[in-house]
Amino acid sequence: MTRKEEAMSKKMSVQKMIQTLQNFWADKGCMLMQAYDTEKGAGTMSPYTFLRAIGPEPWAAAYVEPSRRPADGRYGENPNRLYQHHQFQVVMKPSPENIQDYYLDSLRALNIDPLEHDIRFVEDNWENPSMGCAGVGWEVWLDGMEVSQFTYFQVVGGLEVSPVTSEITYGVERLASYIQDVNSVFDLEWGDGVLYGDIFKEPEYEHSKYSFEESDQDMLLKFFDAYEKEAWRLMDLGLVHPAYDYILKCSHTFNLLDARGVVSVTERAGYLSRIRKMAHKVARAFVEERKKLGFPLLKHQVEEAD
Amino acid sequence: MATYLLEIGLEDMPAHVVTPSVKQFAQKAGQFLKDNHLDYETINTYSTPRRLTIEVLGLAAKQADTEEDVKGPAKKIAQDAAGNWSKAAIGFTRGQGMTVDDIEFRELKGIEYVYLHKQTAGKPASAILPGLVDVIKSLTFPTRMKWGSYDFEYIRPIHWLVSLLDDQVVPMQLLDIKAGRRTEGHRFLGHPVDLKQASDYVEALRGEKVLVDADERKALIKAQIEKIATDNQWQIDLDQDLLEEVNNLVEWPTAFAGRFDEKYLEIPEAVLITSMKDNQRYFYARDQAGKMVNAFIGVRNGNADHLDNVIRGNVKVLTARLEDAAFFYAEDRKKTIAQFVDRLKTVSFHDKIGSMTEKMARVKTIAGLLADHVGLADADKQKLLRAASIYKFDLVSAMVGEFAELQGVMGEVYATLAGEDPAVAQAIREHYEPISADGALPQSTIGTLLAIADKFDSVMSFFAVDLIPTGSNDPYALRRQAYGIVRMVAAQHWQFDVSALQKQVVAQLTQNDQLAGLDWGKNQAAVADFFRDRVGQFLGTGKIRHDILDAVQNAPTVDVTGMIDAAKILTAHQDDPDFKATMEALGRVLRIADKDPQNVAVNVALFENSTEKALHDAVSTVKADFDAQPSEANYQALRGLTAVITDYFTETMIMADDKQVRTNRLAELTGLASLIQQFGDITAVIVK
Repeated sequence: MTRKEEAMSKKMSVQKMIQTLQNFWADKGCMLMQAYDTEKGAGTMSPYTFLRAIGPEPWAAAYVEPSRRPADGRYGENPNRLYQHHQFQVVMKPSPENIQDYYLDSLRALNIDPLEHDIRFVEDNWENPSMGCAGVGWEVWLDGMEVSQFTYFQVVGGLEVSPVTSEITYGVERLASYIQDVNSVFDLEWGDGVLYGDIFKEPEYEHSKYSFEESDQDMLLKFFDAYEKEAWRLMDLGLVHPAYDYILKCSHTFNLLDARGVVSVTERAGYLSRIRKMAHKVARAFVEERKKLGFPLLKHQVEEAD
Repeated sequence: MATYLLEIGLEDMPAHVVTPSVKQFAQKAGQFLKDNHLDYETINTYSTPRRLTIEVLGLAAKQADTEEDVKGPAKKIAQDAAGNWSKAAIGFTRGQGMTVDDIEFRELKGIEYVYLHKQTAGKPASAILPGLVDVIKSLTFPTRMKWGSYDFEYIRPIHWLVSLLDDQVVPMQLLDIKAGRRTEGHRFLGHPVDLKQASDYVEALRGEKVLVDADERKALIKAQIEKIATDNQWQIDLDQDLLEEVNNLVEWPTAFAGRFDEKYLEIPEAVLITSMKDNQRYFYARDQAGKMVNAFIGVRNGNADHLDNVIRGNVKVLTARLEDAAFFYAEDRKKTIAQFVDRLKTVSFHDKIGSMTEKMARVKTIAGLLADHVGLADADKQKLLRAASIYKFDLVSAMVGEFAELQGVMGEVYATLAGEDPAVAQAIREHYEPISADGALPQSTIGTLLAIADKFDSVMSFFAVDLIPTGSNDPYALRRQAYGIVRMVAAQHWQFDVSALQKQVVAQLTQNDQLAGLDWGKNQAAVADFFRDRVGQFLGTGKIRHDILDAVQNAPTVDVTGMIDAAKILTAHQDDPDFKATMEALGRVLRIADKDPQNVAVNVALFENSTEKALHDAVSTVKADFDAQPSEANYQALRGLTAVITDYFTETMIMADDKQVRTNRLAELTGLASLIQQFGDITAVIVK
């Protein structure tokens, strides 16, 4: 057995995969951040992406983001659908010239040799209307399976961005299922022989039960209104980051209401528009705040260039 | 004669953008060369997801020399009395790069002017070609993006440019990219390569595992798929759109076949096809008997090495999709149509309008009215009403919940399985059609009527709650739906008077207690105008003159088919020798006739001259047949009145002093006008 075959035969655990990606992107100049501690539907909504993609300052970060999507919950019974999945998020601003090559190298680091597979960049323009975001890019297909989302942000929080941030989102469970060749995410080895199902199956069931059957709609409706009110109040006080936390809470609360199926088409548009208004406002407030500070990270860019 | 190569190297473009963009590139480059008097024989195009390339063959070494006479100021301005050159003359010659010694005088309309005979030697091609960088920048794309820190938008980030005139680099720069002779090979199988000369392009890249000739690549994919099909004795529906898309997803294609578990063949074909073709870009296969087989053909962007890996991965992905589909299918089959229909009560059509159940009830009412209107046989009417009672049921099926694009399709499948009449099942599928401005129309009459009823209800109900499309804002696609009605009605040649139908519908909904608390009356005129505009849109796609369009769009009643017929008839006769006289005579009647006709009977006893009697008799004859005969015959009948009308206006003073006489004459003309208006407001027709 060659060393490579040996590496392939020992299936990479989920945590090993995450460590590998962390090391890879740290070497490319990304700061390794931690997951942000407010519920959210995607890594894009972390302030390390959403806020940092706005304005002139450079930024490069990589982090794992547990992402909650109540409507996708399946009581832990569907092998591929989850209430909460994990995204490995890489954002770099300005987008590096060879970001596509970096990405392919990261797959090689995961022992996925492009010569042994079929890797395609298939057009997929990403949009998150509730956060006023839009970008251009691809789904990355690995032997026909979408394993990553690759986006050049064009608009964030309603603001046209410049420089442009490149965002790469690896679907951790998807990619791991491929690497470990399992048919159910619950059979993945997280690390040291412990299975994904051992850790997450019960929470999946409970969260699904809660989201679809037990959530208190009246309470959630009140929460949404209260969170929204608080977000606006904090934005008026110039407290951008606490305000953003409350916007995230609004978003998650809406997702819980949506999962109960109590939101009609038009009401849905109404809620999304309320969240979008706050996202637009907070994006502007963030730029203002950074401007007052003199865009401190620009200094870093100059030093690096020297 | 030289060869010039210009390649734009990019990150992977969307598949659907590649072919139109390279065509645009060639067209604009050709225009550039023409504008710059640089002759060439032909322009070849090459394209892959990562490159747009033109190859100019038979390119002249330099621009053609040009000679021209340039006119300057008048002689009296150019020279003073003593013959000294003025500043104006000197400035003019300098501006042309010449001197006053080159001036000659020529007479133009009795005045002498300064002329310069200008000969310009053509510049070499290498001096002109760098200007093509502006052609590269000028290409337009359906989406554009910025990247890095550049303030520049393009379809995708640009990475390299090759600009070679035979063996010489023609320099140009775009952003930080300097054009050169180096191109990139296949992303995984190839290497960068320096081209010795422009004409090496195709073969050099073939060596680096890129087939740059899109036609050659497509032919290869086709041959590979056909070989697999032959080896397995399959039949393949080689969908041209899919082939085009796949061709623009690969630089070095290798087709492969995968097999999935036979048990998934129990899933309805439409679902299998959606999963394979739309979701995964696979070609599906049938056996010689036409039965779908448990296999698919995909195309890899690479060679045949490790193809087993690729196949295994693709099978796994497809299997996961089919497993989901099989689960949904099994779940759905546990339910009856009645159970699905019952669940529609909880599904909102729109929260201001009401539930799906309420919508279906209204549509059933409308469908019934339409069936009677077009004279549908009773047996077919019963099928239509059955379809209308259940037609949205698949919206609450698990399959449509997952594969939204299969709405209607699953309805047909499940209705058939439940033993519904085939015509009912077909109508359920067809009622969504046409799904785009030029999409296919329903094939069956029952499907057409259900489609019209469903769309008419949508337009009426959204208008009833003031959700009326404005500008580009049409979230419920009401324009598309109304336009679909116009197309269907036109194709069937059914009479379709929008206002009359609205009145009937509201009356029937009232009688059936189906008003659902909505104010159906308030925007009825807006609904009619909405259809007026759609008829205009429909006719605008044909070759109808604007003034004729204006005329028919301003008809007092929005009879869709009548308006379309009128436009066609006026168009057919627009070049007749007597068209002008006809339009003028009929237009005169319309102008003077009462705009708000009171039904006043004409009293022949009040006639004062023979032309009145003549017109009255002629109109009575025309009127007798008018409603029963085709529009063309009506046009001919009205045309036949031209002389009578002209005589009438010559001999008769409409606005007579005697009120009785005046009213009588207006009544005569108003009666005639109501016939003319079948062709709209023909006063809008421009005749010269």
